[in-house]
Amino acid sequence: MTLEARILARVGDFELDMELGLSAGELVAVLGPNGAGKTSLLRALAGLLPLSGGRVTLDGAVLEDPAQGIRVPTEQRPIGLVFQDYLLFPHLSVLENVAFGLRARGMARTPANREAGRWLDRVGLSAEGERRPASLSGGQAQRVALARVLALNPALLLLDEPMAALDASTRAEFRRDLRRHLESFRGVRLLVTHDPLEAMAMADRLVILEEGRVLQSGSPSEVTQHPRSRYVADLVGVNLFRGRASNGLITLAGGGSLTAVAGPDGDVFAVVHPRTVALYRTRPDGTPRNIWEGRAADLDLEGDRVRVRLSGLPSIVAEVTPVAVRELGLDRGDRVWIAVKATEVNVYPA
Amino acid sequence: MALLTRSRRRLQSSAPFLIVILAGAGAAFFIIPLLGLLLRTPWTSAWQQFGSAEVLAALRLSLLASVSATAIALVLGVPLAWTFARLAFPGRSVLRALTVLPMVLPPVVGGVALLLAFGRRGLVGGWLATTLGIHLPFTTAGAIIAETFVAMPFLVITVEAGLRSMDTRFEDAARTLGASRWTVLWRVTLPLVRPSLIAGAVLCWARALGEFGATITFAGNFPGTTQTMPLAVYLALESNPDAAIVLSLVLLAVSLAVLIGLRDRWLGAS
Amino acid sequence: MRARLVAALLVAIAVGLVSACGPMAPVSASQSGLNGTITVFAASSLNAAFTRIGADFEKRHPGTIVKFSFAGSSSLAAQIQQGALGDVFASADQPNMQKVIQAGLTSQMPIVIARNDLEIVVAKGNPKHVEALADLARSGLVVVLCAPAVPCGHYAAQTLQKAGVSVKPASQEADVKSVLSKVALGEADAGLVYVTDVKSAGNAVEGVAIPPALNVVAEYPIVILKDSQNRALARAFVSYILTDGRQTLARYGFTNP
Repeated sequence: MTLEARILARVGDFELDMELGLSAGELVAVLGPNGAGKTSLLRALAGLLPLSGGRVTLDGAVLEDPAQGIRVPTEQRPIGLVFQDYLLFPHLSVLENVAFGLRARGMARTPANREAGRWLDRVGLSAEGERRPASLSGGQAQRVALARVLALNPALLLLDEPMAALDASTRAEFRRDLRRHLESFRGVRLLVTHDPLEAMAMADRLVILEEGRVLQSGSPSEVTQHPRSRYVADLVGVNLFRGRASNGLITLAGGGSLTAVAGPDGDVFAVVHPRTVALYRTRPDGTPRNIWEGRAADLDLEGDRVRVRLSGLPSIVAEVTPVAVRELGLDRGDRVWIAVKATEVNVYPA
Repeated sequence: MALLTRSRRRLQSSAPFLIVILAGAGAAFFIIPLLGLLLRTPWTSAWQQFGSAEVLAALRLSLLASVSATAIALVLGVPLAWTFARLAFPGRSVLRALTVLPMVLPPVVGGVALLLAFGRRGLVGGWLATTLGIHLPFTTAGAIIAETFVAMPFLVITVEAGLRSMDTRFEDAARTLGASRWTVLWRVTLPLVRPSLIAGAVLCWARALGEFGATITFAGNFPGTTQTMPLAVYLALESNPDAAIVLSLVLLAVSLAVLIGLRDRWLGAS
Repeated sequence: MRARLVAALLVAIAVGLVSACGPMAPVSASQSGLNGTITVFAASSLNAAFTRIGADFEKRHPGTIVKFSFAGSSSLAAQIQQGALGDVFASADQPNMQKVIQAGLTSQMPIVIARNDLEIVVAKGNPKHVEALADLARSGLVVVLCAPAVPCGHYAAQTLQKAGVSVKPASQEADVKSVLSKVALGEADAGLVYVTDVKSAGNAVEGVAIPPALNVVAEYPIVILKDSQNRALARAFVSYILTDGRQTLARYGFTNP
């Protein structure tokens, strides 16, 4: 089972233009900031947002191809969509919610209710069938929404920010829970989220979406080790630079340069972890190949570390211990020497 | 004493004085005329009036016509409201303005308009009479048409507002679960706007029950066929004001009973 | 075109000047010493005739103003009983006049100023060939009458009874104008209304006379109210109606008492 999607769609001024390939058994997370087009992607796949171009096929069957005038209506697509706030029908009981899709597809009331009851049992809510959705906790509502979709045995399962409606304190628990339920599902699974932790904890593969375009795709470790956008670099908490490399010397797009020990020539990304950035009151001697002077623009205590935002050529973020800050007598606005070893500059092609 | 001042202060801070005064005046504005009606009621002769065949016929006809008008308004008005709320088409705002026009049109003018449309020499009335043998003026059906014409806009705008304020993603969710558009309408959309449907139907019914001008102009006035309660009240006012007061009270009691009953039953007296 | 516009403007200005001068004229111009204002409650059917008479009266007695409040006789009677302030009441029937008299709100006996005959009203050209009261019983003929509660309905019932005709009306209208408009719009084939109404309705309808022997005559009594604030003027107005006003009333289709 595979999904092949080339999606061109417009919502007002916003344009979604991306390609996506998913295979069965894979759990892919589309990660991006709010407004990146994540929900539009799901709506387009579900047929709720018409494509202006491109083509979507699921297991070889064309779901939508505007050029050929093909558009399978939403209700006929073998796709299950779990909405961000679950959208359980408030006027129906929990059991009727789960049975809704079965009934809509022509199953009689009695077998539909029996089947729905089995699914409620599977998500551990067999006792809650008569309740109204409004009386459920967030986690229970999520499981009902999942059961409602899984009961239809869709070929493609879409989840829109499945954890967003949950309490932060209970998220970890429910994430494990959700992962367990998703593992039992054999179709293609796609989840969109703006929460990197959620994406990395759940997904086999990440797709980074920003302003309607795919910036990067790969396993969580690939993506975090080789960020290709400011968004990902910020998420991971590393310094990301872009520039032109020639024999280990990288001329940065934003001004300044960095020296690395190895790496490709041409357009490159360079990543420097804040913990490898050293700070000095006076110009240091010795090994570091990258030494430049900057000004401490901001100091932030984060956990047991202080993040120091430094402006200079280039600007960079350093992470040092509170003890080091005291020894340096560092304060906002102070001039300081910045040193990064060439071995700590991680270079890869752009 | 301290307790008293504290509770008074709390009252003031939670409800601005001016608002309370104006609200009181607003309530009095409704209550005093009703009080006048009640105090002037000739209670001794009221019971005789109440039991008379003519009053019962008018009451029966009023209930029949207003309920029928509400039923027609539901069948035609809900699709109209849905169209206004969900479909974008050229001329929608003009069409919407036209359909709510009876709310501002003097009902007597509405009655004349209905005569010009469905009367014997009306635009479609002639055709109705010659091909289908349907005569609307001077018939109960005519009274129902007149009441529907005046009352349906109340249903349309209430239901349209409900449809516009509803979260349409529930409809999306239903479609992703395999529901056809028809199933979505019946099993999701209409149940979700049920409060608006009920409120609209009640408003429509109440307006139909009190309808006078369009009915008497279009359907005329004949006891048992087209003389509804408001018509009976008006004519009684000409000859026997006491009877008119009693009839008004009957009309009032019936509408109050239904409105309160509905409120308890469906709108949840909270 | 422009010349005519200028002329029209000049006329308008001239008229404006003249009328603006009006109030400057001596107030006590009336030789009879009458001045001030009276309010006359009058039945709707008197509207056209009384408006004319009122204007004539004011011209005859400069400095006087006659205000009218036209409505159905029973509404007027109710208003007067509820304390509406006025000087003269002219009713379209005796029962409503009796109500006001019995309430003790009059200062003298009423005087009948006019009579109004009933007539069969039909569409112009009389397409259904209605010639007599008996024709109203014909099946297939749509007849509308006034409701028995209002004077015209009361009179219609009496007339039909006299003629020995039993009519099943399609509707009992709330007032005589509604009967007239149902016939004018073609919804009804015939109705029973006052002669004055047929006369004022214009071209859409025409009247079929009812023989005097079968006709029921509506009487219009007038009375001066007890609370009149300008009794002299009220008396002058009533006597004007009984003398010079008669011709005007006749012109509008009323018969003299």
